[in-house]
Amino acid sequence: MTLATATVRSGRGAPRGGRGDGRRRDGRRRDGATWFLVLPALIPILILSVGPLLYGIALAFTDAQSGRTRSTQWVGVLNFQDLLHDTLFWDSFRIGLLWAVGVTVPQFVLALGLALLLNANLRMRWLARALAIIPWAMPEVVVGIMWRLVYNPDAGILNETVRDLGLGDGRDWLTGLATALPAVIVVGIWAGMPQTTVALLAGLQNTPHELHEAAALDGAGAWRRFRTVTWPAIRPVALAISALNFIWNFNSFALVYVLTSGGPGGRTRLPMLFAYEEAFRYGQFGYAAAMGCVMVAVISVLLALYLVGRLRGGEDA
Amino acid sequence: MSPRTSGTVRAGQYAALLCYLAFLAFPFLWLISTAFKPARELGSLHPTWIPQDPTLDNFRQAFDEQPLLRAAANSLTAALCAALIAVVIATPMAYVTARHRGRLSTAATGWVVVSQAFPFVLVIIPLFLVLKYLHLINSLWGLILVYVVWSLPFALWMLAGYVRAVPPELEEAAAVDGAGKARILVSVTAPLLAPGIVATALFAFITAWNEFFFALVLLKTPENQTLPVVLTHFLGAEGVADLGPLAAAAFLATLPSLVLFAVIQRRITGGLTAGAVKN
Repeated sequence: MTLATATVRSGRGAPRGGRGDGRRRDGRRRDGATWFLVLPALIPILILSVGPLLYGIALAFTDAQSGRTRSTQWVGVLNFQDLLHDTLFWDSFRIGLLWAVGVTVPQFVLALGLALLLNANLRMRWLARALAIIPWAMPEVVVGIMWRLVYNPDAGILNETVRDLGLGDGRDWLTGLATALPAVIVVGIWAGMPQTTVALLAGLQNTPHELHEAAALDGAGAWRRFRTVTWPAIRPVALAISALNFIWNFNSFALVYVLTSGGPGGRTRLPMLFAYEEAFRYGQFGYAAAMGCVMVAVISVLLALYLVGRLRGGEDA
Repeated sequence: MSPRTSGTVRAGQYAALLCYLAFLAFPFLWLISTAFKPARELGSLHPTWIPQDPTLDNFRQAFDEQPLLRAAANSLTAALCAALIAVVIATPMAYVTARHRGRLSTAATGWVVVSQAFPFVLVIIPLFLVLKYLHLINSLWGLILVYVVWSLPFALWMLAGYVRAVPPELEEAAAVDGAGKARILVSVTAPLLAPGIVATALFAFITAWNEFFFALVLLKTPENQTLPVVLTHFLGAEGVADLGPLAAAAFLATLPSLVLFAVIQRRITGGLTAGAVKN
């Protein structure tokens, strides 16, 4: 830019100020234009995202309740002290971690396998690609409903298959104390595979082909080629997507709400379900906000450890 | 692709791919199958994959039991408005963050990342209080506002990618020809961005159409509720008899998302996989 614009401007601004003045004015004008472009998005973000987030953190230090007439008081860390002794919450937290790890790890392994297959020259690739996307497009509520039909003790396909294979009479998967959590974890894996697959596929397609061929010529087997060529290339994507998956899974709500509502006996009550009930069934806003804060804090620490560990591991390798 | 793949490896790959296809497809096929089964078959102890006596009764019954049309209209309104508003306000900001490196861009990117990490529960309680103060609880407009803000991070991220794909030289050339900044944005940049903007809008539409948690918390009266919330009402009185209409309604609710996703699938995966289309 900007020989043309510069001359036009200095021509216009010439009578009064020197060149320096003109340039400063230009800078300010660009700032004005920038703000004009940014504000429409920035204002809603500040009011409805950043603001509520800070407000939410502040609420955790109050005794806010829904539908109460008495004004809200600051209570310091009382909510957190209560939380510390709330065994139900920590049970739920443990289940949440089990669920998040139980979903994220197999999801990653399966998605990596699928991405590798989709990256190979196979014939039904287009079909697999189309199908792999379906869970992504579906409303989570529908995914939950769908799997309830699959798990249904009488009319479900799972028990029918179990009976056909002569493995017994089947069971009520979603209400059995032992089977409920594994059953919802399978649904979680199914629902989250597309994003992971697509991200990993993107990483794979950036792997240099020549390296692959060179390694093959040198007589490297498939596993060695994967370890030495493919994996280093997709590692950044793999790290990012598994970290994101972990967060998303830990914070997930709709799937389990529809599948089990947290039952049986709280065996699938994820922290989000717990906090939701605390806030909107019992109206304990302050206490629920404290739960949210604890969830964020623990997740941040875990992720920091994970990322630091992985990055360091990468330097050694 | 990978050099000299032997026959057995190929066979193994196909077998694995088939397993994936089966795993990915079977729940959806079962949903469709259940939706077309008459009540008698749903009650039988030996359900079959293909309905022996396919019927549309379940669809009829679904519409009788729950106000699906009204719910669909609510979902459509919320998703359409949210997608349009989100794109209109996100495009200029995405342009700025993509073109000018600076504190603002860094902050925007940081916020996009951070907003992903916070559990909804920490946001929903204050949002609930704020919207209550504004008398926007139990109103579609409140929900639309929430959806707009909630879809902004991803919209900004996608749009910034599309902006970067437009060569700055084009804009500079137009500037040399004497076009003003606004003129350049409207007649040079916007047309090139159009496909990306459409894809982003469709994606925002799908996420809003599918969304459940905010709708569950913010909409109380049945007249305002969106499709996912109404769908869960089928689960209320649980029983074998309800499975058919439940499946039918769930199937119908998925169709718009599936169709739109098919339309933008290439762009989403293409945008992410950069070059996937080539091979």
